[in-house]
Amino acid sequence: MELLGNLWGELWAVLTTLLAAAPYIIGYVLIILLMMVIYTGIRRLLTPKSDYGSLKTVTFGDESAVTSNTAASIVSIVLIFVLWGAFTGSKLLPGFLHAPGPFFGDASFEYTITTPDGDSDTATVSVVVHPTGEEVDAPEVAEGDGIAKNDSVAIPVYRSELLRVDRNDEMGRDEETFITAVDGQAIAPGNSVDVAFGRVAMSDKGTLNIIPSTGVQMEPIWLPSPEAVWSRLSDIATVGYRNSTLAEHLGYSLFRVVVGFVLGAIVGIPLGYAMGLSNWFRGWFDPIVEFMRPVPPLALIPLVIIWAGIGEVGKIILLFLAALWIMAIAARSGVSGVRISKVHAAYSLGASKWQIMRHVIIPNSLPEIFTGARVAMGVCWGTVVAAELVAAEKGAGMMIMVASKFQSTDIVLMGIILIGIIGFSIDMLMRQAEKWLVPWKGKG
Amino acid sequence: MSGLQIDRLSMRFDLPNGSSVQALKDVSLDLKAGELLSVLGPSGCGKTTLLNIVAGFLAPTDGQIVLNGHQVTGPDAERGMVFQQGALFEWMSVRENVGFGPSMKGMPKAEKSKIVDHLLDVVGLQDFKEKAVYELSGGMQQRVALARCLANEPDVILMDEPLGALDALTREKMQGLVLKLWKETGKTIILITHSVEEALLLGERLIVMAPRPGRIHTEYRLPFAEMGVGQDLRDVKKHPKFAEVREEILGMIWDMEEEIMGRTEEA
Repeated sequence: MELLGNLWGELWAVLTTLLAAAPYIIGYVLIILLMMVIYTGIRRLLTPKSDYGSLKTVTFGDESAVTSNTAASIVSIVLIFVLWGAFTGSKLLPGFLHAPGPFFGDASFEYTITTPDGDSDTATVSVVVHPTGEEVDAPEVAEGDGIAKNDSVAIPVYRSELLRVDRNDEMGRDEETFITAVDGQAIAPGNSVDVAFGRVAMSDKGTLNIIPSTGVQMEPIWLPSPEAVWSRLSDIATVGYRNSTLAEHLGYSLFRVVVGFVLGAIVGIPLGYAMGLSNWFRGWFDPIVEFMRPVPPLALIPLVIIWAGIGEVGKIILLFLAALWIMAIAARSGVSGVRISKVHAAYSLGASKWQIMRHVIIPNSLPEIFTGARVAMGVCWGTVVAAELVAAEKGAGMMIMVASKFQSTDIVLMGIILIGIIGFSIDMLMRQAEKWLVPWKGKG
Repeated sequence: MSGLQIDRLSMRFDLPNGSSVQALKDVSLDLKAGELLSVLGPSGCGKTTLLNIVAGFLAPTDGQIVLNGHQVTGPDAERGMVFQQGALFEWMSVRENVGFGPSMKGMPKAEKSKIVDHLLDVVGLQDFKEKAVYELSGGMQQRVALARCLANEPDVILMDEPLGALDALTREKMQGLVLKLWKETGKTIILITHSVEEALLLGERLIVMAPRPGRIHTEYRLPFAEMGVGQDLRDVKKHPKFAEVREEILGMIWDMEEEIMGRTEEA
């Protein structure tokens, strides 16, 4: 019961977050629709309607009438980069596309103190907001006249600063003298007032907290700009990261995937054939395969680490197991899927059992095996990255894991993009290989 | 003793629920070498079972098949089979499909390609020999299947509704081709069909089978196959006797179907 209550709380938190994101999602959908309207408008202007599709009155629900619109794909990808650039202040984008950024440079505000006698005086605080990582001293300012004295402060961008402006005044809080206004606007403990460069708040004890505007751009530690990621990429490609070059990191990951997958296929395919051709083998391995298949390979990581350590052997065993069951099941269904009339035809043409195996059953099962191989490669790639996240000395997953510990978000982002590109390329390669090697797929 | 003897063949299938189905009962038939037999009957009369037993894919519960003096115990190249469709090897080209039988026997390449070329000429697919079979139309695929069967020089050709999936025009052309091949090669052919016209055109002998249990109901000896060789089959169909026999057989099958329906309703 307590569990249910907790889960309900979690669900509520998730829904609240989603609800907070709703305006952005709606905005994005509006952009999609706007682009569509613009695109169809341009299309209509440029080309008269004359293709076959335009003759159809029924297009909604006609599956053959729906194809991927290349223009939409291009706009969609470009938009991702534009949004990324806009909210990170990318230099690749013209300035007017930038979302409002954080405040930089010199600014000032005035504060007013009031003594117990009712006297008041005003002094100026000079503020310098500087990029993170630069050492900037607070500017020298003259103290000025009156009981309140001028102050100055240097603040790194995206940070705020508590400043006891009354410390150098002739009368401070010990003398019952308090700050009562900032830039002419009344202020009290717990309140804040807006100033030209951001906000000034007052703590409960009466200390001013100077908060320069952060804008709506993302801090690099959350989301680095595209060019920062790109320069990180060229940096790591040449210099390397954690004692290994980028090629080494990715090469090790790929090496593990390929070796694990090949071993899994070498064992899994004959296993699948045996299961497809013999009752005994089917009965023997069915419970094992059917049990192991739903176990996510990631769940095996701890056991594999205990048994084989974090070296290459452990990872390759893991990927071998990830590929093994998928390949065995694919080969099994490839064999079982052979049309009996093909086997009969081969027999009545004088083929022996071995010849039927070699010329009918194996070629007939290849399309299924290729489908399995594509799935297995995808699973292996996902598994290797996850395994490297847990423990590795080299590899794409290890790279982003370590980078995240040092808050090098640019490396994390770069790693994720590279992992995505490689995963996508693997799938494309497998599809191409399928086209070359089993052109009869789906034509039986 | 030459020819094909089907001797008191019975086939019973035991069903998983304990009951059994008598698919064939005491079917006997004596085919001389070179005879063309067509088999008709309502669905469920055991036509395909009979063919599968002759091919050697099924072992009968009783009786035997004797071909050229020896008993049939399993599939063999001496009994070629042409299926309705989908039995071609789509991973092989047309040429490789036709040459499959000779390849299995380990025939030398030159000899094999001579046979393949000749047969592709006969079925009119010389221009398509390097094509993949799935690139061909249904009628062309069945011609490949015929050529593939003939390449093996079988004594008996078994055809299980080989033209069933073709459109009417293609079917007519293929019927002419089957007749031509029968006459030229002198093979014994057993053809199963659903079409009464086809059975009449392509049967020197014709048996009509009755269901439950599957048995031979009536046997005919017909002149149409002989008449049809090299002729326009539409002329053969105009023969007065043709229409007469067709109506008779249609009535016969109609009655059988009626009876099945009646029995099903009773049950």
